[in-house]
Amino acid sequence: MDTDNRQITANTTLYNLKNVSKHFTRGREVIPIFDNLDMSIKRGEFLAIMGPSGSGKTTLLNMLGGIDQPTSGEIWFEDQRIDQFSENALARWRAANIGFIFQFYNLMPMLSAARNVELPLLLTSLSKKRRKQSVEAALELVDLKDRAEHKPREMSGGQQQRVAIARAIVSDPKLLLCDEPTGDIDRKTSNEILTMLQYLNKDYGKTIVMVTHDFEAAKYAARIIHLDKGRFIEQGDS
Amino acid sequence: MGDLYLMYKNITRKKLRLCLTLFATVIAFMIYGTLMAFQTALNAGVDLSANNRLITVNKINFTQPLPVSYAGWIKSLNGVTHSVPMTWFGGYYQKMQNFIPMFAVKPDSLLTVYTEITIPQQQKKAWLQNRQALMVGAKTAARFGWKLGDRVPVSSNIYSKKSGGHTWDFDIVAIYKSSNPQFDTSSVYFHYKYFNKSRSFGRDTIGFIALKTRDPKLNEPLIKTIDHHFANSFYETKTMPEKAFNKAFIEQLGNIALIITFALLAAFFIILVIVGNSMALAIRERTAEIAVMKTLGFTSGRIFRMILGESLMLAFVGGAAGIGAATGLVKIAAVLVPTLPPLILQPEILLSAGGYMLLLGFMTGIIPAISAFRLNIVTALSR
Repeated sequence: MDTDNRQITANTTLYNLKNVSKHFTRGREVIPIFDNLDMSIKRGEFLAIMGPSGSGKTTLLNMLGGIDQPTSGEIWFEDQRIDQFSENALARWRAANIGFIFQFYNLMPMLSAARNVELPLLLTSLSKKRRKQSVEAALELVDLKDRAEHKPREMSGGQQQRVAIARAIVSDPKLLLCDEPTGDIDRKTSNEILTMLQYLNKDYGKTIVMVTHDFEAAKYAARIIHLDKGRFIEQGDS
Repeated sequence: MGDLYLMYKNITRKKLRLCLTLFATVIAFMIYGTLMAFQTALNAGVDLSANNRLITVNKINFTQPLPVSYAGWIKSLNGVTHSVPMTWFGGYYQKMQNFIPMFAVKPDSLLTVYTEITIPQQQKKAWLQNRQALMVGAKTAARFGWKLGDRVPVSSNIYSKKSGGHTWDFDIVAIYKSSNPQFDTSSVYFHYKYFNKSRSFGRDTIGFIALKTRDPKLNEPLIKTIDHHFANSFYETKTMPEKAFNKAFIEQLGNIALIITFALLAAFFIILVIVGNSMALAIRERTAEIAVMKTLGFTSGRIFRMILGESLMLAFVGGAAGIGAATGLVKIAAVLVPTLPPLILQPEILLSAGGYMLLLGFMTGIIPAISAFRLNIVTALSR
C-alpha cells in the first residue's frame, strides 16, 4: 500500500454530493429518507456518520459505495458522476476504488482467511504470485498472518473483522466504507478495530467513512456528522 | 484461486447435500446409460441389417413353415445373388434354461448371405464338409466353455428325432466372430440336411429364407415378384427387408423404445426436481454472500456464470460417474445373463449423455443464476 498517499492528496475533494434526495415507495406511499443533501468528503478524511435507526445513514453509505442510487441529485467521486454509471461500470468502479467493511464481517464461510482476503484481487489482473504477496501483506497489517489458513468459523468476531479489514484494503482502495464495523464486537475489540482504522487513515492516507450509532466509536473519526429526520443536524470536528 | 475454485468450494461446502444430489444424478445417468445400451443392443439387429437383404416368411406368421423348394425358386430369380433357407431349431444345452438361438441352414449359402460372419479358412472347410458340423458364435462358445473338436449334445424344444428323443449330437468345427462388436455372436448354425433327414416331422420344410439382392433398388420389385408368385398357394409368403423383419421381431417384446423413453423421462424429471431444488436452496442460503461479492465488484454477469457453472459442474460430475457406473453394470449384466445381446455404451450414447448433462446443468442452474444476476445488493444485505 502507498504510505505517501496522505501527503499527496490531503485536502482535495474525494466526494461531492449535490442536492441528493432518496425516497422509498411502499405501494402508493412515498417515504422520504432525506432531501436535498449537500456534502463533501475530502481525501484522507476519517468521517463518522451518526444518527438514530432509520435516519438514512446506511442508505447514504450505500449511495457513496454505488450500491444504491439517489432518487435525485448528483454524486461526484473525484471528477466522475457515479450516480449515472451503469451497474457494470459501478461494479468495476467499486472494485478499483472502495473497500467495504460490514457489521457482520460477511466473510465467505467456505474460504480460509487468506482466500477471503484474496477475493477482491480476483477482479484485478495481478498474477497469482503478486496476489499471494498482497494477501500476506494485508494479513500482516492486521496481525493475522498466522491465521491465514483458518476458516472464519475458527476465529473470534474481532479476528473475523480484522480479516474483513484485510479484504477491504488488499487491493489498495482510496476509500474504506464501514457500516457499523464494531456493532457486533465487545468494547475492547472495538477499540482495537477502530485503532486499526485510525492507523490506516493516518499512516496510509485511506479515506474512511464510517456509519455508527456508537459515540465512543465515532470519537476515533476526525469529523462527525449527524443525520436525523433527513438532514444533517450537526457537523463538526471530534 | 480463481472462479473455478470458488465454484468448487461452493458446491462442496455442504457435504451431505452434495452427496445426496450427486447420488441422485449418478442413479439417473446410470439408468440412462444402461437402458440406452439395452435399447441399442436390441436395435443392433435392425441397425446392422443389410439394405440388400430380404426375408421371406410364411404369410400367416414366421412360426409357420415354408416348403424348402421355395428357396431354390427364389435363388433362381434375376436380381437375387444369394439365398439361404433357415429353420429355427429351439435349441438348448443340457437343460431348458440353457437356451441357444440355433438355426438349421444350408452351410455354404449362410456364409454368402451373412458376410459379417468370419471364420478361419480351415474351420470353414470343416464346416462345409462335416454333416454333423456345428458352427458356434464366440459368445455362446464362451458361455458353455465349448471349443473346437468338442462333440456336444443339443436338444430341441420343438423337434424330435425319428429314432426318438429330442437330442442331436454335433461336432464343433467352427467358432465364428465378427469384426463388428454389435453383431451378436450368440447364434449357432448346423446343416439342414442332417436335421431334415433325422427329424420326425416337418420334413422338407423350412422356417424362412434370407436372400441378397444385387442392388437395394431391386428390393421392391423382387418382394412383389416373390409374394405374387406364391399368392393363393397353400404356403403364401410375405417378403420384407431384413430391417423390417428384425424390427417386427423386436416389437413382439412390446414397444421397448416407448417403455425406455418413459423410464428415462421419469428418471430425468425426478433428478431435475431434486437437483433444481438443491441448487435453488443453496443459492437462497447464499443470498448475502452473493450480495457481498457484488459489493466487492463482481459483476452480475460473472456471478451468473459462476452459479450456472456450479450446476453444470454438478451435472457433469454426477453424470460422468453415472455413465461410469452404467459401463460397469452392463459388463456385470453380460456375465450374469449371457443370453443378453451385446450391451455396449456406444460413442453415440456417451455423446447424448453429455448433451443431457449439459441440459440438466442448464435447467437446474438457470433460474438460480438469473435470481443471482438480478439480486439487489441493498435488499439482500438488509435481510
